[in-house]
Amino acid sequence: MSFGAARFSASPRAASRSAASPLAVSSFAAAALRNALIVLLALCIFGPLTNLLLWTVTEAWYFPAKLPVSWGFSYWTRVFRPEAGAMLALGNSVLIALSTVALSTLVAIPAGYALAQRGLPLRSLFLLLFLLPQAFPAIAVHLNIARIFYGFGLNGTITGVVLVHALQGLVFSVWITSAAFAAVGSEPIEAARNLGASPLRAFCDVSLPLASPGIIASAIFVFLISIDEFSGTFFVGAPEISTLPLQLYSAATEGNYQIASITALLLLLPSILFMFVVERFLRADVLAKIGT
Amino acid sequence: MTTITLPASPRRPDWLPALLLLPALLVVATLFVYPLACSLLYAFRDEKLGVWGWGNFLRAWDLYARDIYFTFGVVLLSTALIGVLAIAIAGYLTLGENRRAVAVLRWLYRWPLFIPVVVAGQMMRTFLAKNGLMNNALMALDLIEPLQAISFLDWRGLVFTFVWKQLPFATLLLAGAMAALDRSMIEAARNLGAGRLRVLWQILMPQLRPTLLVSLILSFVAILSVLSVPMMINAGSPTMITVDMAWRVASYSDYGVANALGFISCAMCGLAAWFYLRQGLREGGRP
Repeated sequence: MSFGAARFSASPRAASRSAASPLAVSSFAAAALRNALIVLLALCIFGPLTNLLLWTVTEAWYFPAKLPVSWGFSYWTRVFRPEAGAMLALGNSVLIALSTVALSTLVAIPAGYALAQRGLPLRSLFLLLFLLPQAFPAIAVHLNIARIFYGFGLNGTITGVVLVHALQGLVFSVWITSAAFAAVGSEPIEAARNLGASPLRAFCDVSLPLASPGIIASAIFVFLISIDEFSGTFFVGAPEISTLPLQLYSAATEGNYQIASITALLLLLPSILFMFVVERFLRADVLAKIGT
Repeated sequence: MTTITLPASPRRPDWLPALLLLPALLVVATLFVYPLACSLLYAFRDEKLGVWGWGNFLRAWDLYARDIYFTFGVVLLSTALIGVLAIAIAGYLTLGENRRAVAVLRWLYRWPLFIPVVVAGQMMRTFLAKNGLMNNALMALDLIEPLQAISFLDWRGLVFTFVWKQLPFATLLLAGAMAALDRSMIEAARNLGAGRLRVLWQILMPQLRPTLLVSLILSFVAILSVLSVPMMINAGSPTMITVDMAWRVASYSDYGVANALGFISCAMCGLAAWFYLRQGLREGGRP
């Protein structure tokens, strides 16, 4: 892709701009090139997004036409009809995501608290262990989980899907929660202990509230991972459990651009929403401690 | 009244951290280690004949050799492009002197990070298709004739989608690590007349090689694991082995060949990890 080569060559030009004796012309050319590359990047990022949004309000759009031939919302009513299954899939997706968040948070708070103590033996080994599911191809694991779950009757159940999603989200929940507890430090807890609080009380009244922004950030990550998860749901949940990603996939393979695009937009909204929210919870001091 | 003050930090019992870690470790053991072991083991098991051996690998190679090469090529090319572009963007974010350009770039590059992979797949299906916005824009600019418009929904579509989706993650890690470095060294080099490219290459990158490698390996594995994007963009032949694995299981209940393909994709990840460890050893061995 020439795009990559072009973007990379920005740096030498930009560097020559600030060399000891800059010529006005070369400086102008460098600035123009830099702006052109940023515009190109913006087109590459927002072009696909725009195309998707256009298809959600398209009635008809054939090949030579550069923009939709006729516009309208008729496909929206088709998506939201109960028999279309999109609303059921949306409900399933939200239910599964919230259950996954609850399960991972419940598991990650004690684990994160233990891993936040620097003196824990084999600490980095444990951190690495939680990263491992991301370091192996998920499909190989998912299809064997499906096979094991089959024996327990967990295939095609919400519980089965939640368990698979919790595994996918575990590294984020454990690492971010651990970073959040590490960022609290030991002073506030020692102060509470010196004032006579029991270890449990110090944890509940001091550590947990101070770490909660980081824990909320980790919950947001887990929620997004669960909402987006495809292959685990495909192997463990389908065909009984349909989520929005599976619904989107089947709409796409049926070749209906409008219905697929509207479903994609439904899936996109929580992600965009959380993108603006997560920065408020994930503070720099927590961010710096992730994975360390 | 006498009060007994507790010691400031009493020794915690040794079993407490283990107990706290137990639930999370159980999740990893039952839902990851055990299925992975099954996957690696049953790749060597012919369940029809009830024997152990290389049969599944031979069949997988017969049926899908082209897809294995294709997968490796697509994943490697995507990872390489992610590396080059992430260094360029993170480098400009750290060393760029035009504040407005840096601010715009910082706002811009993150967008795909939070966009679900399936949604990215659907976007690219519309954007890179023959009647997609990309061809339409090129036609509107008179860069191509309508007759020249082709669909990019093949290996190019896959690479574009993977780079698009995974680049912000690698850039975020790299830019974060760059921001955490001591700026005084950068200032010193700049004062001594080093250009920004030279600062990036000779001062920033040597310190960031571990971060870069980690982000690239995680991207490599993430791309290798994606099922939805190749299913949506490029389900024909040649395609990626994730699609073949899903197909073997869904259509033939053939776990043997599927697990053999899984073993091969683990081996590809192992190759990446070996590369990382070798690099680490070389750096560790350096005086």
